[in-house]
This record gives sequence, C-alpha cells and structure tokens, in this order.
Amino acid sequence: MQFNGFRVIWEGLTGHKGWKPLWRDPEPQPEYDIIIVGGGGHGLATAYYLANTFNELKVAVLEKGWLGSGNIGRNTTIIRSNYLLPGNEPFYEFSMKLWEGLEQEFNFNAMVSQRGILNLCHSDGQRDAFRRRGNAMRLAGADAELLDQDAVRAMYPALNIDNARFPIKGGLLQRRAGTARHDGVAWGYARGADRKGVDLIQNCEVTGFRIDAGRIKGVETSRGYIGAKKVGVAVAGSSGRVMAHAGMRLPIESHVLQAFVSEGLKPVIDGVITFGAGHFYVSQSDKGGLVFGGDIDGYNSYAQRGNLPVIEDVAEGGMAILPMLGRARLLRAWGGVMDMSMDGSPIIDKTHIDGLYLNAGWCYGGFKATPASGYAFAHLLSTGRPHETATQMRLDRFARGYPIDEKGAGAQPNLH
Amino acid sequence: MLIPHPLLGLRDAQEFTYLGDASLLNRPDTGTDADPEAFFAYTHLRDNPAGVHRELWFHEQGDRSWLVVTRNTLTHEILGAELASDVKRGLA
Repeated sequence: MQFNGFRVIWEGLTGHKGWKPLWRDPEPQPEYDIIIVGGGGHGLATAYYLANTFNELKVAVLEKGWLGSGNIGRNTTIIRSNYLLPGNEPFYEFSMKLWEGLEQEFNFNAMVSQRGILNLCHSDGQRDAFRRRGNAMRLAGADAELLDQDAVRAMYPALNIDNARFPIKGGLLQRRAGTARHDGVAWGYARGADRKGVDLIQNCEVTGFRIDAGRIKGVETSRGYIGAKKVGVAVAGSSGRVMAHAGMRLPIESHVLQAFVSEGLKPVIDGVITFGAGHFYVSQSDKGGLVFGGDIDGYNSYAQRGNLPVIEDVAEGGMAILPMLGRARLLRAWGGVMDMSMDGSPIIDKTHIDGLYLNAGWCYGGFKATPASGYAFAHLLSTGRPHETATQMRLDRFARGYPIDEKGAGAQPNLH
Repeated sequence: MLIPHPLLGLRDAQEFTYLGDASLLNRPDTGTDADPEAFFAYTHLRDNPAGVHRELWFHEQGDRSWLVVTRNTLTHEILGAELASDVKRGLA
C-alpha cells in the first residue's frame, strides 16, 4: 500500500474503493527465530530493524490489542536529545539522527518537524546546570544554545517573563528537537516490518513463558503456544506484569501520566516550551490544539487515567508561565501507564534466562527514543551484543551500583 | 481519591505524599551479616501488581502518620487503610 498525490486524486474520483490495509493479518506460525512481545512503537521499531537492518527472516510481533494501542498513541509527540549523562545522551542523539532520516528510511509521512525545544530557567544556578547540560549535549554531537532573557522574549512574546515566583532568566534551546506524528511512526514501522515478512499478530496476549533449564523455548498466548529461539519483551507500562510470568521482579513501578489538548487555535506556539520548575510543557499541534502536560500522578497505577488534583497542578503551571492559556478551553485529557524505573533511565538488556531479552523502564520519555530503542534492541537480539550507545542501559546496573540517575534523585521512581 | 484514615476519617489524598509498596516496612537486617542481595531487592525491586496493592502514604498535611493503604491500581478504588505502626507491630 503506497500513498502518492495521484493515488489520492484517483481514489477521490472513484469513491475511495481501492484503499487496502497497510499490513497483513497473519495466523501465528508454530515457531519463530525471534518473537517480539508488544506491538507498540518500540516493538514495531525493533521488528522493523531486525528485518531491514539485521536481515532476520523469521520474526513475529505479538500484540495483546491492536498495533500502536499503548503509549505510542498516548504521548505528547516530542522528540529531543537534551540529556546530560554519558549513559543517556549518545543514545538519544542517535535516536535524533534516526528521526531526521526516518521518513526517507521507511517511506511514510511521520510528520517529523524540527521546530525546537526551549527549556526555561529561572535562576543563576539553573542557568549553570543548563550550561553544563548544553555542553554535554554538544560533546555527544547534539546541538544546544543558551538563550538570555531577551532572546526568550523575542522568541515567545506570550511568555510571562516577569512571573513573581519564577521570573524567566533564559533558556536552553535545542533547535533540532521538535515533534512527530505519533501514530504515523507506529504505522510506518509496522508497514516496513510487514513488507519484509515480519508477522504482526494482533489480539494475541502473552500469558506465560515456556522456560526449560534456564533457556526460553517459546511463549504461551491467548492464541496457543508459539515456539521461539529468542524472545524480546517491549511492553513498557506493563513490563512488571509480563515479566512476572517469567518469575522476575523488576526495578520498575507503573505510574500514570496525564496529557491534555485544547481546542484548535490559530498558530501561537511554533516550538516546544518546557517549564520544568512548574511541572508544565506545551507545544501546538498542526491542527492547532495546544498539547500540554506535567508530572506523573505519583502513585502506582495501571488505570490509563489520572486524578483531578494533577490536572489542576498542570493548569496552574500553565497559567503561571503562559497566562493566555486561560482563555483556551480544554478539549481532552487522558492518561498513559509509564514504566518508572528506579533511576529514571531505561533498560535494554538480556535477562538471566537465556534467549529472553528486556526493553523496559522508559519512564515518560519513550516516544523520542522509539527509533534508537528499536535499533538498539534489534542489535542486541540479533548479535547478542548491546549497541554502542546503549551499553550502560543494563538490568544489573542497580545491583552493581551504576545507575544512570539524570536527576540525582536516588531509588525513588515517582521523583524521576 | 479519599483515604479512610483510621483516626481522622475520610481525608483527601492531596493531604498525603506517596512512598510506594508497603514491603518497604520490612527492611533487611543491618547487622554484620547484612546480605547485599537482600538490600538490593529491598531498595530497587518491586512486585508492581495490576490489581490490589498495599502501599505507604504519609499524612504530611495532617497528623503526619504513616498509613498502609490497600488500593486497586487498575481502578484507583481504595479498599482500606491502617496505621503503619500497627502493621509493623503485627510483622514483629
């Protein structure tokens, strides 16, 4: 199924009867070389790179619901590589570079828009921290600019620069960051994987792992047993539940994060603005809605919806920094379930069970990582070695005492 | 969410801060034979169930007591609350 201008006109003239599904709906085979559990962004990206880059032939993706039914459809679509630590920043910059070539790579319009992300700072101490972060970004090959107050004012005149509690003193700008069309990313990877022969099997819930003498043999599913030489689990949000089938306890808690979109407005914010001190960030979608969010609710949850006090907190943060927001009406609010890891950083690693691999712990930063997560996980599954940018994202780093703790908050998942 | 405080009755969850799984009450021994594995598991690993979960809430804006709240993580329904000191005494 290809899209082009001529096709759109032709279908328009002939009653749209010629459109076909983007991928097959195959029955599960009795055995695969590699099974990916989870047909979300990361699982589909993993399958895509396994088939296209690492030339794996017998690959399947098992999805409990429909493709892209989890957090790939629930995020606020921001892509960026403005991390600090050497365990993270090269990985996210690798992801940013994959984003830049993604649409050419899988020939699908993912609406990647490098409109820039601006992190606001409010004190000399915070500016110093941003300068350090900007330098770390540039050392890893990313771009970063430190803006003073006048530059921020010129960029976003609507910001409340002279807020009494959090006066805006400047900001850290990454111009190559931006947004992408979240569903388009899942669909592009799914179509690309399907074309290379990956079986995308929907409505197929993994209910157990068959493990023999410390080695994975296959998975029990709602559609019967399926054998596999290797199994990769990419079900962030539900990692704890799925890995419990293998008898594993993870350094992860599942928490709910809410997001919001306003009614459509004329263009007013042409990039992404984050107000970390006030738990608020915002961008404007191409349809005109202001897409914004804040912090996690802060308690364990699998509910995919949050509570009103956090909505109030986010709205207060928005009003503090962008008072015009008060005139916009809220269109929708929703929640997604996050794998909150103990240090705020992800896990892409083997497990103690031979042939069972884990991709988890993305906290609320999984969307931007989708291409690199898929690439690095495919690299690990196919070659048995971690990708060079993901060598520190190990499951045993907590036991060894090498967490990747961006915020320096310690083992406290609801603070990351 | 409203938390049924055993001493104060129904209180808004906004008055509380959240710590996590109530298994944090069972800290491993810190003696000379302290087991690093046990401390690793205590500090980092969680059951993270989808369903009934026993967890620690601190009544920071209230009487500053620690509660063990039983709550369903799929529905946010709160099934009960006890004083953590009572629970700890029960464990001993």
